[in-house]
Amino acid sequence: MNLAVKDIQHNLGRFALTVFGIGMLLMIVMGMGGIYRGLVEDATLLVERIGADLWVVQRDTRGPFAEVSRVPKTLVYRVLAVPGVESSREFVFHTIQREHNGKPLRMSVLGLSWPLDNGKWLPLIAGRPLAQNHYEMVADKTLGLRLNERIKLGKETYTIVGITGGMASTAGDGMVFVTAWDSQAIQFDTPSEAIRLERAARKRRSEASDLFLSQPVLTEQLSRPVAELPAVASPQLSAVVVRVAPGADMDTVVATISTWSDVSVFTKAGQEDLLLKGMVDKSRRQLGMFQSLLTIIAAIIMALILYTLTLDKLHSIALLKLIGAPNRVILGMILQQAIVLGGVGYGIAYLVGQKIFPYFPRRVVLTNADLLQLAAIVLGISVLSSLLGIWKAMRVEPNEALMG
Amino acid sequence: MNENLAIETRGLTKIYGSGHTEVIAMRDASVGIRRGEVVALLGPSGAGKSTFLTAVGLINPPTLGQILIGGTLVLDGPIPLLNLRSFRRKHIGYVFQKSNLIPFLSARENVQIAMELNGASPRNARNRALELLEELGVADRAENGPSMLSGGEQQRVAIARALANEPSVILADEPTAALDSHRGRQVMELFRGVAHEHGAGVIVVTHDQRTLEVFDTIYEMEDGAIIKGVSSQDTRSTLATT
Repeated sequence: MNLAVKDIQHNLGRFALTVFGIGMLLMIVMGMGGIYRGLVEDATLLVERIGADLWVVQRDTRGPFAEVSRVPKTLVYRVLAVPGVESSREFVFHTIQREHNGKPLRMSVLGLSWPLDNGKWLPLIAGRPLAQNHYEMVADKTLGLRLNERIKLGKETYTIVGITGGMASTAGDGMVFVTAWDSQAIQFDTPSEAIRLERAARKRRSEASDLFLSQPVLTEQLSRPVAELPAVASPQLSAVVVRVAPGADMDTVVATISTWSDVSVFTKAGQEDLLLKGMVDKSRRQLGMFQSLLTIIAAIIMALILYTLTLDKLHSIALLKLIGAPNRVILGMILQQAIVLGGVGYGIAYLVGQKIFPYFPRRVVLTNADLLQLAAIVLGISVLSSLLGIWKAMRVEPNEALMG
Repeated sequence: MNENLAIETRGLTKIYGSGHTEVIAMRDASVGIRRGEVVALLGPSGAGKSTFLTAVGLINPPTLGQILIGGTLVLDGPIPLLNLRSFRRKHIGYVFQKSNLIPFLSARENVQIAMELNGASPRNARNRALELLEELGVADRAENGPSMLSGGEQQRVAIARALANEPSVILADEPTAALDSHRGRQVMELFRGVAHEHGAGVIVVTHDQRTLEVFDTIYEMEDGAIIKGVSSQDTRSTLATT
């Protein structure tokens, strides 16, 4: 006769509620681990998927994800000329928040180096990659945009031609993919009034400049966007992504580019390392600590529940001792209940989590390794938390069955 | 050492506390109860009846004295000479004033568990439990939990559990307190039947004067000591004159 099961059956309602509560608690622990893993995955997602061996960024910056990095467009061709480089592409990346259908829409915009890169590498779940160099956009499903939906950004309207799954920036914002040209247009969009004011200001400055006085033809250039003014052009790319040719020595390529005084170069691993140790490190550690604390709290709560369940059974335990039940029977009863509590709680956590986590604003990634690790922790907690109850049960004297 | 004795106690003394707070709950209690003998233990509250019963039941060891069960020396003062819990399981059956059933087990399971703990197979234990409940007239309540049973039914289930392993000693503390006179008498007759059939020694603490004639011997306790023991013959004649 299994006393643990009999006791559970007798108090099924209370046990079910308790186990559901434990399940919810474990679901939070599981979710916290999933958010932690999601944060790490999101942080390295783009670096992983874009398929670049090297990242060339503005000198002494840590790349387009960690801080503002600006490099000239011509860098693409300079890098391409380095022996061992198979391809080099523009990389434009920035985050914007606009209003769409009356709601704020925050997205990270990634410019693809058209025509070399049309987004074939993107994990599309619907639609297609970009097919033209303007006004098309691939968006992540988390943004809630539908295929063929049109969205106005700046002065242009873009059509959603593809939907990706699981493409989020390090901040958890859904990503959109357009050509680098469109990306810059979105990034540097300026209101008409601001343009008029800037033109007037330039004109006024030019009237006091010897350069414009001696070369009046230059004044024709003043009406062009600031980003296009040839003599004072701002760096327009966030980075240049490089693929090293098969068989070429990456260290040699890195060494060559590193000698240039205007840029820094990172390998893919270096960029990932920067992301994990820099950008998301604090969030990662905070989540990790929070998860550890939650695990400890879950252990304490489970121990208290099992202790209370044992206290409720003290009379029965004394009676069992009185009729000669060996300690292993009593110990087994408490331990089995602890394991059932932990096991069923874990199952509830997993099942409810599967339904709820997809609705979390940030990605929750449950890996098999993490789930197994948590299962082992829950088993450990169950056994450990039953010790308090077992200790109490072992101290019960059989003559206590005769009292009260 | 007399092997015909189901229970033998030699100079049992139980002292609680020490110095100024010392209380002697039982002093020099010596009895010999034969196999098949049914014994009543009488006395006012605080006389030491329960202390004696729990000492003999190997639940609350004495400070001094010896307890022999079935001719085996089990306790020498407070020192156990055997694994008491295992010994209790095999040789002693308990029935208490309150039925003391395990609340999360049905009536049948309360009886069955005692046998399973003693090594019986679940199937045999189940069949025997149903037989015992049948004998005690509660077979129809076999699958009900204790909370669904009346006080009398609970007591009969507790008796069935006490008899489950055919113990050599049955200890009962006011087992008829929750029963009407008819059921009370039935229970005492049952103890008597078991004692005679299985050769068990039965000690019953009781205040129920209606059932005294069932006992072979009646011991009376006062201030922790057994002050007299009379045979059933004397009891019956005493009852006849009162």
